[in-house]
Amino acid sequence: MTIKGKAYIVGAFEHPTRKAPDKSVAQLHAEMAKGALEDAGLARKDVDGYFCAGDAPGLGPMSMLDYMGLKVRYMESTDTGGSSYQVHVSHAAQAIAQGKCNVALVTLAGRPRSEGHRGTAPRVWNPNMPDAPFEEPYGLVTTNSYAMAARRHIHEYGTTSEQLAWVKVAASHHAQYNPNAMLKDVVTVKDVLASPMISDPLHRMDCCVVTDGGGAVILARPEVAKSLKRPKVKLIGAAEAFKGQAGGDINLTYTAAVVSGPRAFEEAGVTPADIDVALIYDSFTITVLILLEDLGFCRKGEGGKFVADGNLISGSGKLPFNTDGGGLCNNHPGNRGGMTKIIEAVRQLRDEAHPKVQVKDCKLALAQGSGGQLGTRHVQSTLILERE
Amino acid sequence: MRKIPAPSVNPENKPFFDAAGNGKLLLKFCNSCKRFHHYPRSLCPHCFSDKTEWREAKGTGTVYTYSVLKAVQDPYCIAYVTLEEGVTVLSNIVDCDFDRLNVGMKVKAVFKPSEGGAPVPMFAPA
Repeated sequence: MTIKGKAYIVGAFEHPTRKAPDKSVAQLHAEMAKGALEDAGLARKDVDGYFCAGDAPGLGPMSMLDYMGLKVRYMESTDTGGSSYQVHVSHAAQAIAQGKCNVALVTLAGRPRSEGHRGTAPRVWNPNMPDAPFEEPYGLVTTNSYAMAARRHIHEYGTTSEQLAWVKVAASHHAQYNPNAMLKDVVTVKDVLASPMISDPLHRMDCCVVTDGGGAVILARPEVAKSLKRPKVKLIGAAEAFKGQAGGDINLTYTAAVVSGPRAFEEAGVTPADIDVALIYDSFTITVLILLEDLGFCRKGEGGKFVADGNLISGSGKLPFNTDGGGLCNNHPGNRGGMTKIIEAVRQLRDEAHPKVQVKDCKLALAQGSGGQLGTRHVQSTLILERE
Repeated sequence: MRKIPAPSVNPENKPFFDAAGNGKLLLKFCNSCKRFHHYPRSLCPHCFSDKTEWREAKGTGTVYTYSVLKAVQDPYCIAYVTLEEGVTVLSNIVDCDFDRLNVGMKVKAVFKPSEGGAPVPMFAPA
């Protein structure tokens, strides 16, 4: 059964905070929910489905359901890292299509900045992880995992650090118009290359920000969406896919988006050339470059050429991307950047992005979530949204 | 020199780290599909057969990709190394000038002590 047209994103909220030392994580989740409800023009009692990932404190959805006083008949807490929220939107649409709920709330919140997280320190999830004994001793962290993917892409396709830097440059052009962006300064290719080397070949400016905050979206069935006053943003395609180390059959030059992308496009009945704005997970510049190839915006190996010379800058480039400034400049709340991609897609489709970055006559948006690491295991989730 | 965190040894992976303590690099081989895999499992990730056995690897391979993490007190090189047996394993390149590193460079297994735990296999220029 397709989810095409079965659910609309009726509410979206990105918290303005980027550092929240005086708030609890549960409080932040609830503030996200409240913000999205107000945006939608819905009340808490209208919510009958709730979705959250591992950033929600407590066992699955339980603590947050209790904290927020939600009375739902459907819940899910799939955790695929930063792509969880794309997965939740997809699954919420499935639940709505099956009549399991009418109004589904998805929340994300975290405080990694206040808690001192860094991308150069190991993140251990669980002592029983089968892969951990073969990764922890070697100092696998977030940055060097992606750096290994970047190194191989450079080796196989001649991609350059200058080309990677263009991804950050484009994001910074957009961030200058976002009053809430953590980094608002426009930067140049030279600036990126001059920033300190974190894990070669990735410089500091090739890496996303670490921020507190979060966001929420609300999905609803068509009858509910039509009763609300907001512009209609319809989900027309969604797919998720996993890629791992495959027992040692390693190829870091592509991601699971080679599966999630075509499936989502097929369901939506559109092609990459139809997309007006692409919100692409940008944990690192290399993430964007590889995902653009895998999603079919350019051919494999040509991502470097595609992103260069401002091609991703709204207004001048061919493919406007991450018009809020993305994870590279604006926000990467809770170390999970999928939610903000969905929220900016909704802004663009509602014609509510900043006038300087708003894509004219924006009808189709793609919001790509990437969770886990490109160097080891990840889940890609692709959403295609349409303004009605 | 970076302190090497001890691997969390469990009943399934213990032979691997016991062998590393004796200077041997083990791989799992599946007698059903005749393929090696890594990290080692009791059930083959390729064909899901339980007819897997430990085999000693030659310990030589080439660097598939690498990165030197520089934004830490003691920079170190993480890498994927493709072994002669055909599997690619995550490891560190050690005993090597970082300026000499390159994709495709030939390396051989060495064994380094971890902090209060089993020695772990790493790779040095061959």
